[in-house]
Amino acid sequence: MDPILVLEQSLNGLQFGLMLFLLAAGLTLVFGIMDMINLAHGSLYMIGAYLAAAVAMATGSFWLAVAVAMGGTAVIGVVLEVTLLRRLYQRDHLHQVLATFALILMSNEAVRMIWGPTALALDPPPSLAGPVELLPGLYYPAFRLVIIGVGLLVAVLLYFLVSHTRLGMLVRAGASNREMARAMGVRVSLVFTIVFAIGAALCALAGAMLGPLFAVQVGMGESILILAFVVIVIGGIGSIRGALVGALLVGMVDTVGRTFLPMWLRAVLPPTVASNLGPALASVLIYVLMAGVLFWRPQGLFPARG
Amino acid sequence: MRRTLAALAMATLGLTAHAADQIRIGFMSTLSGPSAALGLDIRDAFNLVVKNNGGKLGGLPAEVIVVDDQMNPDTGKQLTARLLKKDRVDVVTGIVFSNVMLAIAPSILENQTFLVSANAGPGAFSGEGCNPYFYVASWQNDGYHEAAGQFANTKNFKSVVLLAPNYPAGKDALTGFKRLYKGQVIEEIYTKLGQLDFAAELAQVRAAKPQAVYIFQPGGMGINFIKQWVAAGLDKQMTLIGPGFSADEDVIKAVGEPMVGMFNTSHWAHDLGNAENRKFVADFQKAYGRMPTVYAAQGYDTALLIDAAVRDAKGKIEDKATFGKALASTNFKSVRGDFKLNVNHAPIQNYYLRQIWKDANGRITNKLVGTVLTNHADAYASACKMKGW
Repeated sequence: MDPILVLEQSLNGLQFGLMLFLLAAGLTLVFGIMDMINLAHGSLYMIGAYLAAAVAMATGSFWLAVAVAMGGTAVIGVVLEVTLLRRLYQRDHLHQVLATFALILMSNEAVRMIWGPTALALDPPPSLAGPVELLPGLYYPAFRLVIIGVGLLVAVLLYFLVSHTRLGMLVRAGASNREMARAMGVRVSLVFTIVFAIGAALCALAGAMLGPLFAVQVGMGESILILAFVVIVIGGIGSIRGALVGALLVGMVDTVGRTFLPMWLRAVLPPTVASNLGPALASVLIYVLMAGVLFWRPQGLFPARG
Repeated sequence: MRRTLAALAMATLGLTAHAADQIRIGFMSTLSGPSAALGLDIRDAFNLVVKNNGGKLGGLPAEVIVVDDQMNPDTGKQLTARLLKKDRVDVVTGIVFSNVMLAIAPSILENQTFLVSANAGPGAFSGEGCNPYFYVASWQNDGYHEAAGQFANTKNFKSVVLLAPNYPAGKDALTGFKRLYKGQVIEEIYTKLGQLDFAAELAQVRAAKPQAVYIFQPGGMGINFIKQWVAAGLDKQMTLIGPGFSADEDVIKAVGEPMVGMFNTSHWAHDLGNAENRKFVADFQKAYGRMPTVYAAQGYDTALLIDAAVRDAKGKIEDKATFGKALASTNFKSVRGDFKLNVNHAPIQNYYLRQIWKDANGRITNKLVGTVLTNHADAYASACKMKGW
């Protein structure tokens, strides 16, 4: 097999996986630590992307747009947490699902009212719009390299935050035994609010970075939310490390499924059968992966508890 | 006996048919999401005709009920039920995507309501599945792609990679391209409909090393594909050919400079010299402040077709045979120049070659280069056993 193809596809898988990680990290903390199913996580991603597109259109600066989107979405996240979600922590999962599903519908309509039904364009900075020649014959889009860099940076920062800071310690304490932590004088509710704000900011970062590759549109959060749930189920709910590994696995499997699977099928099957079967199989491959993980490791690859 | 009764009933119906007092158009299109630009162009151009006619089509006051299918066949089905049962429309039009068309057409045709396509012309309704109530004002799905295949021959491209979304029109597109193309097809890549990130496919194309790549990626998919194509540096390694959809004003606006030089095929060009077209391009720009696309041209022609048929049927749109005959006769001046409908009600028309360039004012747009296929009929029509009205 062509080594350049393998290398390029690995970079593609890595890039997609790291962006999924940004979404999954916030989702897994909220789900694992607060035991809260937040379907509106995808809406925060959408809001982040819209804020970024709006600021980029108004100012022309992509990086300013990313910063404003992260800050703005974090504030929206905090407001949501304090006014609504906080009341749902003690309820059962069905109530949480219903309430946060309502949030999806409301935020989709709100975005439609503010920015209209057509998709917005968010362009990467002009200096990053072209390719970089990594190896002779291997051109790779500069912007995707930046995405990989940002994803890796966030992974390292999150690891440092959770394992080596006082806040991280409080997060872990709140997660393993909420009552005990409270008895020791930890303001668990404040910790949760901060965690939620960080999760929202990461959503916005993912939205702003992926905006130029996808389209900034109403409903963009739902399709990617499903993938983020697959990631945290594979990785183990509540584990940042699990989210990273799960995201990279899903990113790689998705890329392999889309390119190498049809190639292999064509080698063994008649072309018409292969061209029908390939895309169908590729789109279910990550769910097959999830089913496999659930079968052998029902708690996920890196369970946060026990 | 039964036959006589039926004939009698027909006769009385014919006798009592009188001019309707208005025409109700169910305009279902994709008006949201990344491919909304297509539906918006068709809608705006359609409305332009109605507006220029003082709110009438063929002399009847026209009520255009606009609904958004969101590119979703299920949404389309629900809306169709509403248009047929609640709004009781006389004509349904506006549909952009073939998957929506295939989902909604059967119930419309069973209801004996006229369906005039302003865009999708899927193969399913061009051959054995042709229907007296189904008309295509735009093109049969294969047409643009057959022209592109023919063009690739004239450019002497020996090897190509083909790429299209995995849905009926995507399959039609690649079938169409291969019908006339004589070189080698190295690979056919099917992507997910609505897919916006093409990194994996672009890597595959790079590895396959073809001379040219032909894509059919309508709407937002095409915009993203071409942006990513340029970002990956592939524009310096091979030639990209597309149907007119992937190289029109909406894509040019989003991608800009790197589009210059791209060849594409279409049934219409903004610089076609006929008088009707000059008026349309000027009117559209004046009304909406943007250049029209092929989609706009189709929306405009669709409205003109309905307008002419209502006029020729003297407003008797409830008399299906009269109105159907009038639709099939295409008695109007189209912005694409002369064309007519085949037995399967799909157009027989010219397909042109366009190339994107920078005009004298520095504006990036298409220019007409030449004719690729003359009076081209689709390959399905011979299988259509349509009885006349």
